[in-house]
Amino acid sequence: MIGLLIRDLRLAVRAGGGFGLGLAFFLLVAVIVPLGVGPEAATLAKIAPGILWVGALLSCLLSLDRIFALDFEDGSLDLLATSPIPLEGVAAVKALAHWLVTGLPLVAVSPVLGLLLNLPGPGYLWLVLALALGTPALSVIGAFGAALTVGLKRGGLLMSLLVLPLYIPTLIFGAEVVKRGAAGLSVGTPLALLAGITAGSLALLPFAAAAAIRVNLR
Amino acid sequence: MTLLSVKDLAVARGDLPVLEGVGFALAPGEALVLRGPNGIGKTTLLRTVAGLQPPLAGQVVAAPEAVAYAAHADGVKAVLTVDENLGFWAGVFGQDRVAEALDRMNLRALADRRAANLSAGQKRRLGLARLLVTGRPVWVMDEPTVSLDAASVALFAQAVARHLAAGGAALIATHIDLGLATARMLDLTPFKARPPEDGGRRGAFDEAFA
Repeated sequence: MIGLLIRDLRLAVRAGGGFGLGLAFFLLVAVIVPLGVGPEAATLAKIAPGILWVGALLSCLLSLDRIFALDFEDGSLDLLATSPIPLEGVAAVKALAHWLVTGLPLVAVSPVLGLLLNLPGPGYLWLVLALALGTPALSVIGAFGAALTVGLKRGGLLMSLLVLPLYIPTLIFGAEVVKRGAAGLSVGTPLALLAGITAGSLALLPFAAAAAIRVNLR
Repeated sequence: MTLLSVKDLAVARGDLPVLEGVGFALAPGEALVLRGPNGIGKTTLLRTVAGLQPPLAGQVVAAPEAVAYAAHADGVKAVLTVDENLGFWAGVFGQDRVAEALDRMNLRALADRRAANLSAGQKRRLGLARLLVTGRPVWVMDEPTVSLDAASVALFAQAVARHLAAGGAALIATHIDLGLATARMLDLTPFKARPPEDGGRRGAFDEAFA
């Protein structure tokens, strides 16, 4: 399984891989929003948590269809399905690789983008923490969506429609953590719910994704 | 002792039954070549044997983790080198026979080349070298010789013969003669799913309408 993780990371950073795609999109959103909304510091500070979370969510969505589709097209998925690695493990490792390539860089650059959007001082810690807790859920939910649509030609649209509603709770609680953190309020409840969603997704969705792949490979 | 036995197997492509009543057994050292016209269901049968799809009826009996499947597609990643591709599969199967596989399939000189820069035949050889690093006894191969030249076919036949001599077995769907002296043939034409009025499973719709 380590081998699969290393291969996926290697594929992501080589030419034509998805590395940087989500990150670039996230950067663009954060740079463009102040231009569209206007430079008023108070307005930006108010919308910063929401914009940052929406940007993170959409940039995750951008690279989801690559999780299984590339392996399906070149036949690797058939071969992985007949290999000693359980498909549940394949799904989990692929979600992890997606998070390392997409989610983790987002977490790392988010404070800089918070600065661009004039996020209030106390919010930075909570922004990083909320993204670190929430983006794994985005990756694993996305892997499930990708697994559901793996056999379809141009399944990207269907996948987005399937995945976006599942992203909503993470978005709501993630943004709420940052909003409350920035306002200096207590963040315990939304943070716990955010962590709960992530833990639940991590525990259940690899199995669901594996089942979906099995059906799609028939 | 049999490595793989298939009893009264019926398989479907999509929802359409294509083959029924297929039965055979493979003992160590045996190879079975599947023949039959296009569309008879060779690939479907092989995918069922490999465990990728459930049979309609009948059973496939093999030891767990005994079957290594080689499909039409080679599962080769274009941006990885030959060595990395093979090393990945060796790691997945917990084996360490990359160097040996490179030599057997005459890929040594290409080891550091990216798979994107391989010819179709070289890619195919890499796909087949993957079987060597699985360490599994039963090789299930779907048209393994597509895009191979005569020398590579001979190389491949040699690798299969060596695998059989080492106590392995092979199930091969192919249209060409591999020159395997011991291989048995199985023509799938008589197993084509019959219409229901003849007691078969084929649905009311013909394939043309499916």
